[in-house]
Amino acid sequence: MSHKIFIPRDTTTLALGGERVVTAVLKEAQARKLDIEIVRNGSRGISWLEPLIEVETATGRVAYGPVEPHDIAALFDTGFLNGNASHRLSLGDPEEIPYLKKQQRLTFARAGVIDPVSIEDYKAHGGFKGLDKSLTLTGQDIVDEVKASGLRGRGGAAFPTGIKWQTVHDCSADQKYIVCNADEGDSGTFADRLVMEADPLMLIEGMIISGLAVGATQGYIYLRSEYPVAHQVMNEAIANAYASGYLGGDIQGSGKAFNLEVRLGAAAYICGEETSLLESLEGKRGLVRFKPPLPAIEGLFGKPTVVNNVLSLAAVPFIMDKGSKAYADCGMGRSRGTLPFQLAGNLKQGGLVELAFGPTLRELIDDFGGGTESGLPMRAIQVGGPLGAYLPESQWDTPLDYEAFSAIGAVLGHGGIVVFDESVDMTEQARFSMEFCVAESCGKCTPCRIGSTRGVEVIDKIRSGNNVEANLALLDDLCETMIDGSLCAMGSMTPIPVKSAFQYFSEDIALANASSSVQAEAK
Amino acid sequence: MNDKAKWDPQAVQGIIASLQHKPGALLPILHGIQNALGYIPPDSVPMIADAIQQTRAEVHGVITFYHHFRLTPPGRIKLEVCRAEACQARGSRDLEFHVKEKLGIDYHQTTLDREFSLEPVYCLGNCACGPTIRVDDDIIGRITPEKFDLLVDELTTTALEIR
Ligand SMILES: Cc1cc2nc3c(=O)[nH]c(=O)nc-3n(C[C@H](O)[C@H](O)[C@H](O)COP(=O)(O)O)c2cc1C
Ligand code: SF4
Ligand code: FES
Repeated sequence: MSHKIFIPRDTTTLALGGERVVTAVLKEAQARKLDIEIVRNGSRGISWLEPLIEVETATGRVAYGPVEPHDIAALFDTGFLNGNASHRLSLGDPEEIPYLKKQQRLTFARAGVIDPVSIEDYKAHGGFKGLDKSLTLTGQDIVDEVKASGLRGRGGAAFPTGIKWQTVHDCSADQKYIVCNADEGDSGTFADRLVMEADPLMLIEGMIISGLAVGATQGYIYLRSEYPVAHQVMNEAIANAYASGYLGGDIQGSGKAFNLEVRLGAAAYICGEETSLLESLEGKRGLVRFKPPLPAIEGLFGKPTVVNNVLSLAAVPFIMDKGSKAYADCGMGRSRGTLPFQLAGNLKQGGLVELAFGPTLRELIDDFGGGTESGLPMRAIQVGGPLGAYLPESQWDTPLDYEAFSAIGAVLGHGGIVVFDESVDMTEQARFSMEFCVAESCGKCTPCRIGSTRGVEVIDKIRSGNNVEANLALLDDLCETMIDGSLCAMGSMTPIPVKSAFQYFSEDIALANASSSVQAEAK
Repeated sequence: MNDKAKWDPQAVQGIIASLQHKPGALLPILHGIQNALGYIPPDSVPMIADAIQQTRAEVHGVITFYHHFRLTPPGRIKLEVCRAEACQARGSRDLEFHVKEKLGIDYHQTTLDREFSLEPVYCLGNCACGPTIRVDDDIIGRITPEKFDLLVDELTTTALEIR
């Protein structure tokens, strides 16, 4: 009998030597004349345990990790193919690993379990049930179900998805589009990538349903070029969906059509902003458009367009299959459902943690993070990507929910959480935020385009002890100008990390001054 | 020199012809050309402009807007170092410094022997296991200065074997 071994093909596993593990397993099996089958699954998102490999046994799956190529011979020796638990890397039943067991996985339930591009596997695990149901409904019925779920866009702005769909549904036009925003440019976020690498058919299903809801027959996934693995997996999944009649002119004999294509971006953070993304899809520079008109009314090629984040669209199959109530029952306040929190930066146990909204930042880090990688105390946590605030310890008890975060002047954004230990120099982080804005501004508004360059200069002066008080006041002024005078969040939110760094970590100014005067003396 | 860098108008014309029917074809065309040649030869700009009925200035404007596209041939190996926050929190500032020193170049430059081109990148989605770099299409995590040196040795030795 052939033994089934699961070895992920997601970016993190590959980045940690996954391909060499595959080679070692093949070589060892051949030498021992064992019949094996390797399934390249996606990751369960327990990044710190990758490469995490699993074997199928008579009593279920057994996991081992993190596995390195030189562990393979010993794993065979101890009978890992039969799930023997005596090897030091044995983790037992993967579903019982505390990191995973403590989560509430709705969107990521299949991640790491199935072969991401296999239609059969997807269906065997509940896939396409939401679509099957949607095919029997009217567009308005689907829109109503999504509205009732309380789903809010996961791309950062948290706009209710059902309301956006209603607008597109109500437009009459010869062509409408579904555009999936897979630009995921925020540092510390990788949930979109995991969806695309671990369960791409769920995204495809969500996009088809969205098309049925609003009457769109063409979809585009705008994918950042920094994700070559996701690109590969997504394209394989799309090809398989076409081959099995889930995409194309006649979805499962329903007479309804939906076509889907992946379009690659070209490394521009601003192309995650939805109007800039549409410009880019149209083959132009990614300049932000004035709103109105909303993309829902005049979007891609001037037609009504749904622009949704990967996670928003990926939540839809669950909602349509299990019902809006099952989804809305999770969460707190106006933040319904689950959010995949992404633990990153200086943590021992970074990875994806899907939970209903509501735990505090501290609970999340304590329960899952495992302390810092460096062993030094934590000092600052940046939540919500490069435009998010740096939070000092006094704010770590804030519940993870959109409203609670906005109440402290912070943002939850896409759920990315980046931990820094005490070796961090916060004036350097503030400088980086401005520098990032210089590199990534689309250039349309002066406060953002020029202001960020001035911001870097002013921070340099502050860091070198040059007229600190006056320059801090100037920086404050500059931030206000950027907030008031910018067309989009790139310019208007860059001041958030900058201001929080100076406000909560002001003692670093003196440290930077001291080190710059030491350097000056040494010269 | 990079074999890919030979500028071949015929090949570029073929790529343009195969993609120009797409709505919003410009980015796919630019990706197609850069995938084949490693860069977008400035002489191909008028050809692209012609095919999609835009001005040369518009096409040039698009190429220069995006960090990914380049108008000059890259070195044999394209190296990108993540300089975004999650990698910073795991030591990428030191790594960046080391990489530049080891290769003797700054970002957006190519080594004199044309082996490496170095570019910054803002997040590769491996934020829990950084610092992360990208070598052509391979993404590599938990890179330390020592591991980087080994990698450079490995990459340059294989090159000699191929030749
Ligand atoms: C500078 C900037 C960058 C953004 N980057 C992304 C991104 O990478 N992915 C994303 O889904 N949304 C991003 N957004 C938000 C989008 O503009 C938009 O709100 C979102 O795609 C809508 O989808 P949703 O309603 O499903 O969240 C960004 C916004 C701004 C202002
Ligand atoms: S704020 Fe910056 S990125 Fe946004 S539109 Fe203005 S210039 Fe462009
Ligand atoms: S911040 Fe470096 S990979 Fe995300």
